[in-house]
Amino acid sequence: MNFDLTEERQMLQDTLRRFLRDRYTPQIRHDILQSDRGLSPEIWRELAELGVIGALFAEAQGGFGGRGFDLAVVFEELGRAGVVEPFLDSAVLAGGLIADLGNESQRAHVAAIIAGELHLAFAHGEPASRYDLSRVATGAVPENDRVVLNGRKAVVHNAEAADLLVVSARESGGVDDAGGLSLFLVPTETEGVTRQGYALLAGGRAAEVILEDVSLPASARLGPAGQAFAAIEARVAAANVALCAETLGGMETASRLTQDYLVTRKQFGRPIGSFQALAHRMSDMLIELEQARSAVINAAGHLERPRPERERHVSAAKNLMSRAGRLVAEDSIQMHGGIAMTQEYELAHIAKRIVMAEHRFGDCDHHLERFIALSAA
Amino acid sequence: MDLSYSDTERAFRTEVEQFLTQNLPAELSEKVRSGRALTKANHERWHAILNAQGWLAPNWPKEFGGAEWNAVQRHLFEEACARAHAPRIVPFGLSMLGPVLQKFGSKAQQEHWLPRILSGQDWWCQGYSEPGAGSDLASLQTSAVRDGAHYVVNGQKTWTTLGQHANMIFCLVRTDKSVKQQEGISFLLIDMATPGIEVRPIVLLDGGAEVNEVWFTDVRVPVENLVGEENKGWTYAKYLLTHERTNIAGVGFSQAGLAAVKRLARSEMAGGRPLIENPHFAARLAQVEIDLMAMSTTNLRIVSRAAAGQAPGVESSMLKVKGTIIRQEINDLARRAAGVYAMPFASEAVEGTNDPLPDPNGAGPVAGQYFNNRKLSIFGGSNEIQREIIAKTTLGGRA
Repeated sequence: MNFDLTEERQMLQDTLRRFLRDRYTPQIRHDILQSDRGLSPEIWRELAELGVIGALFAEAQGGFGGRGFDLAVVFEELGRAGVVEPFLDSAVLAGGLIADLGNESQRAHVAAIIAGELHLAFAHGEPASRYDLSRVATGAVPENDRVVLNGRKAVVHNAEAADLLVVSARESGGVDDAGGLSLFLVPTETEGVTRQGYALLAGGRAAEVILEDVSLPASARLGPAGQAFAAIEARVAAANVALCAETLGGMETASRLTQDYLVTRKQFGRPIGSFQALAHRMSDMLIELEQARSAVINAAGHLERPRPERERHVSAAKNLMSRAGRLVAEDSIQMHGGIAMTQEYELAHIAKRIVMAEHRFGDCDHHLERFIALSAA
Repeated sequence: MDLSYSDTERAFRTEVEQFLTQNLPAELSEKVRSGRALTKANHERWHAILNAQGWLAPNWPKEFGGAEWNAVQRHLFEEACARAHAPRIVPFGLSMLGPVLQKFGSKAQQEHWLPRILSGQDWWCQGYSEPGAGSDLASLQTSAVRDGAHYVVNGQKTWTTLGQHANMIFCLVRTDKSVKQQEGISFLLIDMATPGIEVRPIVLLDGGAEVNEVWFTDVRVPVENLVGEENKGWTYAKYLLTHERTNIAGVGFSQAGLAAVKRLARSEMAGGRPLIENPHFAARLAQVEIDLMAMSTTNLRIVSRAAAGQAPGVESSMLKVKGTIIRQEINDLARRAAGVYAMPFASEAVEGTNDPLPDPNGAGPVAGQYFNNRKLSIFGGSNEIQREIIAKTTLGGRA
């Protein structure tokens, strides 16, 4: 047993933490949140130069990481600083799928992604799919030597900034069959692609992506026809590890802000942390934080394991993080009082990041049911 | 023991329901139902409709133009209004200041200010909390110094709800620094147009700006705007807080919220079936509904005792704690039910914007409401303060 980070990951963590502390200040983040694009191209480029995106890809794919613990280190720091830039979408999800499934010419995009020059989005979930990964109604129908896509994709993060979409569509099978799903690389300027964009409550932007008779060459297909589900599930597992680590980072910030507030804020002539009712709640928060840290380690450490083991640990972590995250977000706000309700105060943003992470790729109930099913198998 | 309402009470409820059916504008109820922000004009329109019926001030005596309903009637009215998605009655003039003026104001103050509250001529806001005086309200610092026929007010109030609409503010101010905190506070009525007052909006975490900071710099207030006696303001403030707590349990809000969650969970799909059929979600929903059924009866027990003339004591603190926990739990369920469509920022919840939301099931700004309603356990005496009150009252000096 050894719970220490490798020297490389320790360096990555230190560098990233220092960079974000100096460069991603609450004021800068506030400006980003208020901006029309919802992200900072400068900070994206600077973080790419630091190697943050490269750390999310394996060596064989042109990066220098890509394992569960690499994701955990990067996203914990992003979460600690409340970063809203779409590393999950461009790198872990869409970029990862290209790296996992792409042919040589498609994989050529990966270098541009790692360099921060290419933005992507993963257009998969649909209005009726909620958190089911195999429920895809969007159809892909052959037409001569081309493929025609029709359907609607829900809450596609980073769709407006994206140059390329990785779109899932069904070539065969029933609406929730795992078999029959394919992935396609769709340039966002393709005729028939409409993006109805909007801001997200916790920062960043998304869009409803409408596909109307989108005609693609067969070469747009990523990997073999009808067999994309396993790769999608594995990438969503990685995304959930990243989301859990991001939530952990957010919880650390929430906890730090609350501790500082409990010792500095005075009411009734003394620091409010001296009231037992609040002191005990803070203690409970710290206990949950340690549980959360272990849950992230469990999930990250099993990301490269065979599918049943991997998925069971990922669902366990997402379930626990959702519960622990909610407790820390809500109790941090409660112990602060009104000040934490203001957009200006750092905790407000962090609390939103924590709670809204539950709404991507499965909430605590979804992963509880999944854990039960995977445990029975 | 009889759990049913009397014939008179049932007839009253029918009368209220019929009134709402006929008079509540669809534009307003639709806005409330979908969680969109109401404009000042929306509030004023609903107040005027209720005032024409004589129902704008359910708790005021008839001599001041109120409906003078008993506690059970008020409860039935509030419940029916929430069910019908009526806008809430803006409480600052009607539920807060009105009762204080009726009990402690001079005859001249009553004759001048009370009719203006009913007619909508004045929009009042509340100047209580300060940056340094939240749970510990009595430590407030905003000062009022007598100078001839005026008080000169300096300081800062905060969390002033809908202060951006107000032309008048009632304030707690410090008039004596030499005595025990609670004994040096006075209750002043201040015209917001007086030179030296500045209102700054506070943007909240859901993007809305319903609360404000109000700054006072050498603001001159005529002495006739002092309510009651100088340095007796704490007594009036405590009296006001008991009125603030009459609908503290928010049973009507919870019932309307629960119905909305059920509606959403019927159209939202999970695993190819309506979410409401999902056993985990159904269990969460049932748990809250069971709690709400019991709390509704707790509320009625306390309400009927109040109707019999017994002042609610520690029970109102209990209702506040349990009522806000249930309301927040319902907000949490609504956010869960919406699934991925909880994530979009719902600018419709913010006054003055009307971008459509992407959710085909029309969840509305559920995540924004979830975050906004964290305030329920913070304001009006935080739930920690309520628990202190319960413990102190129950244990007395014995522990």
